[in-house]
Amino acid sequence: MVHDAPASAGSAVYNTPNYLNAEIGVRSWLLTRDHKRIAIMYLVLTTSAFALGGIFAMLIRIELLTPGPTIMSALTYNRMFTLHGVIMIFLFMVPAIPGIFGNFFLPLMLGAQDVAFPRLNLLSVYLYLTGAVIAVWGMIHGGADTGWTFYAPYSTTTPTQVVPILLGAFVVGFSSIVTGINFIVTTHTMRGPGLTWNRMPLFVWSIYATSVIQVLATPVLGMVLLLVAIEHAFGFGIFDPARGGDPVLFQHLFWFYSHPAVYIMVLPAMAVISEVVCAFARKNMFGYKAVAYSSLGIAFVGFFTWGHHLFTSGQSTFDAGIFGVLSMFVGIFTAIKVFNWTATLYQGAIKFTAPFAYVCGFLFFLVFGGMTGVALATVSLDVHWQDTYFVVAHFHFIMVGGTIMAFLAAIHYWWPKMFGRMYSEGWALVAACLIILGFNATFIPQFLLGNMGMPRRYYSYPAQFWPLNVASTAGASLLAFGFLLVLTYLLISLRHGKVAGPNPWGSRGFEWNTPSPPSALNFPVPPVFTHGPHDYTTGAETPPEAPGEPEHA
Amino acid sequence: MNELMRRMLFLPEQASQYARDVDRLHYFVITTTMIAATGVGLTVLWFFIRFRRRSEAQTTPRVEPKTIHEVLFIGVPLSFFLLWFAIGFPQYVRLQTPPRDAMDVYVQAKKWMWKFSYAGGPNGIDVLHVPAGRPVRLLLTSRDVIHSFFVPALRLKQDVLPGRYTQTWFNADKPGRYELFCAEYCGMGHSAMLGEVVVMRPEEFDAWLADARRSGSPAVDAAMTEEEHADPRQSLTQQGERLAAEYGCFKCHTVDGTRHIGPTWLDLYRKTEKLSDGKTVLADEGYLTESMMDPRAKIVAGYQPVMPTYQGKIPAPEVAAIVEFIKSLRTDAVKVEPSKGPVYAPIRK
Repeated sequence: MVHDAPASAGSAVYNTPNYLNAEIGVRSWLLTRDHKRIAIMYLVLTTSAFALGGIFAMLIRIELLTPGPTIMSALTYNRMFTLHGVIMIFLFMVPAIPGIFGNFFLPLMLGAQDVAFPRLNLLSVYLYLTGAVIAVWGMIHGGADTGWTFYAPYSTTTPTQVVPILLGAFVVGFSSIVTGINFIVTTHTMRGPGLTWNRMPLFVWSIYATSVIQVLATPVLGMVLLLVAIEHAFGFGIFDPARGGDPVLFQHLFWFYSHPAVYIMVLPAMAVISEVVCAFARKNMFGYKAVAYSSLGIAFVGFFTWGHHLFTSGQSTFDAGIFGVLSMFVGIFTAIKVFNWTATLYQGAIKFTAPFAYVCGFLFFLVFGGMTGVALATVSLDVHWQDTYFVVAHFHFIMVGGTIMAFLAAIHYWWPKMFGRMYSEGWALVAACLIILGFNATFIPQFLLGNMGMPRRYYSYPAQFWPLNVASTAGASLLAFGFLLVLTYLLISLRHGKVAGPNPWGSRGFEWNTPSPPSALNFPVPPVFTHGPHDYTTGAETPPEAPGEPEHA
Repeated sequence: MNELMRRMLFLPEQASQYARDVDRLHYFVITTTMIAATGVGLTVLWFFIRFRRRSEAQTTPRVEPKTIHEVLFIGVPLSFFLLWFAIGFPQYVRLQTPPRDAMDVYVQAKKWMWKFSYAGGPNGIDVLHVPAGRPVRLLLTSRDVIHSFFVPALRLKQDVLPGRYTQTWFNADKPGRYELFCAEYCGMGHSAMLGEVVVMRPEEFDAWLADARRSGSPAVDAAMTEEEHADPRQSLTQQGERLAAEYGCFKCHTVDGTRHIGPTWLDLYRKTEKLSDGKTVLADEGYLTESMMDPRAKIVAGYQPVMPTYQGKIPAPEVAAIVEFIKSLRTDAVKVEPSKGPVYAPIRK
């Protein structure tokens, strides 16, 4: 299996045996405790969830192609957008980057053999799978029509099957908590010799901050979902005023998790970008500490902003002001990161590749999505935009534009490390252009629809919203085509790709100091760290430990 | 300029001064956003060209930020953000503070229609008639799930909650017909829960109101009143008086200022009441509704928590009628002060 195609840096050796073929058979996969295999299982599961959520998104866009009914009934449409939201958020956005890239690269970056609790790690996959199965079962047997926000008392009085979806999300929440605990303990206890906190890769810092939010916030979500399920199933009055409950209490509890959850989704994305920017600019991170601590800052302040979802719900004016100001601080931490990433390019040696194209996309979407977020926190503007397509476009800019761009950057950047083979760079650039263009074409019209005043979750709409909806649907089909293209060439590269070698990018992130794909035990000899990651000041980088690999000068 | 920006951003018409003010902030925010995004984009582009990779073995110097960089990175965006907030928050406070002389209209939402009731009658379904140039306060409640009252032309939105009242206000100054949407997802008919706000010239509105009061609006009965036994041709105040009697409110509350088991209703509205826990509360619509639904939440000092809850017993429109009746009980002779204790010693437990 050894080809002689030379990679850009290092000799192209396909490492064998590696974690993929060290053991064979289905059983060896289902019972594995290897963090890299668990990452691959997450890759398969979350990508399938993404495909399913994407199909629902396309059906929604097709339905909105005409002002009246197009292909489905109102009830079906309501189920579609609920499932799209639930699947994308709970089964893709939250677990994807930590589950795949966190699992795969956290131990590699720390110089560890595995995460702290390999059995818990496997448990998290099965919790995820169980939750997903319960939720899918619920979809087949009726499906919920509440929207992913489950606002009470609608969610507690609707005749559709809300309970399985709630329980599914509840169980998936435990998977998230278990992964979070695992990463926190791993970061504290498994760092290799010489790897002080201030030498840790920025990826680790961000994943660490994410894990803290996961552990602190997810239990509140679990609790509130369970309360909705109890009220729906047994009729206890918790949120429904007709039974003595309080509907705004639900909103407070729900957003106490779900706002930090936005940072659970976007912090791992920032983690990826910090690595990819350094690798392709061949530069150390400008303002390492600022970027590292701003992750913790986002994790902290993120807990005190939930009230900005309630500006129109009748909360006190004073609260609205406090939540508005606090929300702006999240914008500040994000701005610190954006400026530091940009400044990292200064005096670098930039190579424009597919992962880097996604970084550019990410920067654009994050700046625009983030600024519109701050605009929404400017209280009086939110009154007009609340619950309109402006909000839909804003959070898709952050989540799809941010998280998906970072996910694609990560998968292209680390693909040669994970599978030892290169994808086709030409096709990758074509797909990147398609996705970034398609994404803009989908969501910029939605910003304008929001300005016009089109409320979200509308099955039919007045005719003045028609042209922009058509534009949005056209953009969405470009986007879908781009994703299919990525899937195709990545799958082809698994068998037919050029052998990558240990470090095709010449990156000086710690994870590249292993053969590609890594061996089952990661490092034959534990590495010793003498400096931080991405140090490109010297001509020849000697990996701390890479036995069996030819070194290059 | 205003017109150009409004069209570029696809914003709807501006039917009030508040809408124009909010739009000005919108233009400012969107312009700064565009400039910042372009700035970052151009910087990245310039760095691409200037610092592209020349050889694969290229090394780079280690560049670290000075304190001034970090201060600028934080200070510049923060000052813009706070400036936006300093403009936006007072606008929001204005929206939350209805003027005292506003005309009240009760809004009841249910799946999937809007009902508007004027204090002296009549009622209307899905169409809200208001006079131009006069402030209108809306008191909103829902009979089932959460809805949201959204008029894009007024840049106005307020959630409509079951079991309590929320309020908002506007002063439309441009006669015309404006769309009303439900903005909070409420089920299958959510996107069909549309209505209209008709802004009329004041004299036209007065004529319309007088005419509507004379003729009543029997069409409303069939649509909205299947569980109400109120006669829509009576004014809201009259209905409230009858309902208060039916529900037995007068067993404990008087309407002539004398003390009884509960505080008197005379001049109760907008009085600042002292509570048993030492705090004070303004007896507005929200407090009056809360006291019916959850009587033990805020007990007036000197009274016992003996009132039963009316949660689920009084439908929302009837709550509105009773509140309106309480509001009508005003005298100029009585000095507004906190309620005194009951006439007899309360039963000790």
